[in-house]
Amino acid sequence: MTYTVSVLVALAVAAIVDLGLLRTFLLGRRVFWVSYAIVLVFQLVVNGILTGWPIVRYDPRTILGTRVVEAPVEDLLFGFSLALLTLSIWVALGRRAARAPHGPGRARRRSPAA
Amino acid sequence: MAHWGYLLVLAACLIITLPLELGLRTRVYARWQRLLLTLTPVMIMFGGWDLYAVSRHQWSYDRARVLVVLPGRLPLEEWLFFVVIPICIILSFEAVRRVRPNWRDPEA
Repeated sequence: MTYTVSVLVALAVAAIVDLGLLRTFLLGRRVFWVSYAIVLVFQLVVNGILTGWPIVRYDPRTILGTRVVEAPVEDLLFGFSLALLTLSIWVALGRRAARAPHGPGRARRRSPAA
Repeated sequence: MAHWGYLLVLAACLIITLPLELGLRTRVYARWQRLLLTLTPVMIMFGGWDLYAVSRHQWSYDRARVLVVLPGRLPLEEWLFFVVIPICIILSFEAVRRVRPNWRDPEA
């Protein structure tokens, strides 16, 4: 798999985790997109340093070749997948803690499924 | 000094986002067990992908700008990347939730 293909696989995995596996539905929530917009700005800075200095070098055969602030355009999808997967797991674990009988948050037994 | 390059970039990320924990009280580091549980699968998936890509020579790291290259040809800093960057992402997310509590998912 080239980087272009594997980044699309990662995006699909993250979306399946969010919408299907953990059902956190971050892709439909404003709080996620606003957070991602902030993360994106900082990603462009950090990625620009890592790829522009450069600390990491890409084989031209594995990427499309389009670059955004020094970094291959694939890196944008890499960052998006990383953000979506990380936050989906984080939110799902928080939900679990809130539902636990003696966990933090509201202790709710026998509550109907939300 | 260049050997510290990648590590300094990661350290800067942690320093810049620290006020979110201390000032906005995002309580991300405070919930360290939940944080560890989040980081582990992320690290396995993205670290595994990184190992695959490096083994296929899709990208490589400048040995002059990292401190230690571990087995699998990934620098130590690349593994730390998958700790530091997810922490920054979660801090940003929790900061938005603190500033805009009405956007908060009642279940999370």
